Amino acid sequence: MLKLREHKELTRDKAIRKAALPEKVTIPLSQHIGKICQPLVKVGDSVKTGELIATLDEKVVFSPVHSSVSGKVIAIDDMPHPLLGRAKAVVIVSDGLDEKIKEQSLSSSQIEQLTPHDIRKIIFDCGIVGMGGAAFPTHIKLSPPKQLDSFILNAAECEPFLTSDERLMLEKTDQILMAVDLMVKCTGVKNVFIAIEDNKPEAIKAFEKRVQGTGYRVQLLKSGYPQGGEKQIISSVLKREVPAGKLPFDVGAVVNNVATAYALYEAVYLGKSLYERVVTVTGDCLSNPQNLLVRIGTTINDLIAECGPLQKEPERIVFGGPMMGLTQYSLHTPVIKNTGGVIFLSEKEIHPPDEAFCLRCGRCVESCPLGLAPCLIGLAVEKKKWDLAKSYGALECMECGSCSYVCPQRRNIVQEIKYAKQRIPQ
Amino acid sequence: MRDKLRVGSAPHIHSGEAASKVMWAVFFSLVPSGIAGVFIFGISAVKVILVSVVTCVVTEALIQKLNHKKITVSDGSAALTGLLLAYNLSSHVPFWIPLIGGIFAIAVCKHTFGGLGANIFNPALAARAFLLASWPKHMTDFVRPFNLDGLSSATPLAVLKEAKLQSVEAMGLSYTDLFLGNRGGCLGEVCVLALVLGAVYLLWRGYIWYHAPVGFILTASVLSMLFSQQGFLKGDFFFSILTGGLILGAFFMATDYVTTPMTKKGQLIFGIGCGVLTFVIRRFGGYPEGVSYSILMMNAATPLIDRWVKPRRYGAKVSGLTGKRV
Repeated sequence: MLKLREHKELTRDKAIRKAALPEKVTIPLSQHIGKICQPLVKVGDSVKTGELIATLDEKVVFSPVHSSVSGKVIAIDDMPHPLLGRAKAVVIVSDGLDEKIKEQSLSSSQIEQLTPHDIRKIIFDCGIVGMGGAAFPTHIKLSPPKQLDSFILNAAECEPFLTSDERLMLEKTDQILMAVDLMVKCTGVKNVFIAIEDNKPEAIKAFEKRVQGTGYRVQLLKSGYPQGGEKQIISSVLKREVPAGKLPFDVGAVVNNVATAYALYEAVYLGKSLYERVVTVTGDCLSNPQNLLVRIGTTINDLIAECGPLQKEPERIVFGGPMMGLTQYSLHTPVIKNTGGVIFLSEKEIHPPDEAFCLRCGRCVESCPLGLAPCLIGLAVEKKKWDLAKSYGALECMECGSCSYVCPQRRNIVQEIKYAKQRIPQ
Repeated sequence: MRDKLRVGSAPHIHSGEAASKVMWAVFFSLVPSGIAGVFIFGISAVKVILVSVVTCVVTEALIQKLNHKKITVSDGSAALTGLLLAYNLSSHVPFWIPLIGGIFAIAVCKHTFGGLGANIFNPALAARAFLLASWPKHMTDFVRPFNLDGLSSATPLAVLKEAKLQSVEAMGLSYTDLFLGNRGGCLGEVCVLALVLGAVYLLWRGYIWYHAPVGFILTASVLSMLFSQQGFLKGDFFFSILTGGLILGAFFMATDYVTTPMTKKGQLIFGIGCGVLTFVIRRFGGYPEGVSYSILMMNAATPLIDRWVKPRRYGAKVSGLTGKRV
């Protein structure tokens, strides 16, 4: 596992601050793994905060989308999207009132009586997806096809710069544990692990105090990258490995991220749909990096207004962490449900790849957490030998970026593997 | 601020390591040994080192220029080859030996294969083998340390080979002499202390892994002890480590990025293979020293080792039911 420069000190001690209501939000209709939603609203419609604006009437994998402000729909069109380049989105101009739809909060006794099915229904209705990055619809994750034995709350947050999960753990400890209770109820597991990297001593303390008597275990993880990867955390906590092409279900485990847990708490207890989230807005270009509670659909421009002014021209703006995140081409790109961080990186931090040839030094091989030979996949890709790339394990790669990070020749190995994944015949 | 931002693929940060950094680090970690060599064998050692390094750098630049390729001599790999070649020569050789050796190393052993990263054999060692085969007399003419008259001296291994003298004491040497370099030999291999200093630095920085050197040194020394000329278990464990080019070869040439296996396990096998071959050559072969040939032979075996020794893949061979390793 890699030891990275963390840069978490930029925002670690900054409490979550509510960002000003944006004047305009761009809400993409695809913020999840699965089929893109159909809009329920038309241009000119008035919407309230939390109102359902897009869904599907099919039995497919998807998650509904809600308005994050109250105001008027001014466009439904292709807009910049953090993952897809451009995708269909609903643009809403805020009326500044933030008028909410009636959110139905439940009392503890009502929640006691909820069946797993009811809980999953609420989770689905509120549009909860995996907020750690994958954006897999949570109601599906919590409907295991078979009996599971272990639940892991992924509180590793191994990407440098990001602190949004850490802040949530400190500020919303009880709520997160209440959400864990619900997820345990949905999945019927016996063992519950709260897996935290040992570089977050305060969060560890907070959870250790609260879990006494609950039967939950706080599991310390050695801090390192990619400790928080789903496969990695399963092997660190349970000493089990998910075979290639299989899911955590197959080894009896389910993993959920801290931010997802908190959103789930808000959904079930407060009846609030997923229209805002905590985002670490950071990087050496910003004068005031922070952990911001922002509405979904807030654009990069608005974030700069909150955390700026810019001290330097950013060389790249990254959504997600610096190891796996994606660069953005437009300042109009909105925050979506799985955006845990927005990082403004200056030239100083960026090392543009300087494609030199492979030395076969094996640094990437030793760094690969999945035991692949990344350099060989890269070389096979360059020769367009797709079968060879596949035999070296290209399809198993989780794109964590460790290989490119350590490569002394700065080869863009991950990019080559991503390309191979598209080209290898299924 | 411009509206169209620059994009690039993940990861957006890098360890900052670069091949050129590693090459120069290895180069500088070898400097103490060179200084020791000059101190021990006199100013002629400087001449050999300079001719070798300059020849290698100039040859590489010329070849890249003629091939209309980017000139990459600043990455230090040619200079390192030159330095290693010089360290594998007697300080006594005529100037044209490092000259021809340097040209051969870069032109034939490196660039005919496609340059850095594509060569199969360690260029410095391949050039040494070529020189040894072509001019054996010059290549085995070693001078006595601290001797300004240029009197020849056999290396301790050669003395042992000829079975004239069996022990360090009988050779009039002590372990301290061997450790500090007060013996005949190639100019960069004699001072074990200086080499170990450099090696510790490289290990500490993580530029080399310990697997190949440890496998190499332990195998060669244990075998030499077990099956010595004096009989089973009667060999001298430390003598075999401190003499010849074992330390130089193990830490600086059996750890070359390009010509050794990619995995730590593979490098261990590589090192053990080198150790066995070194022992066999020293004990049974025609030459007193076998380090460079053993590394060259294992260089040839490297693709095979890489094919066999792969890291264990995550999720491979686990029980389908429990996910536990089986």
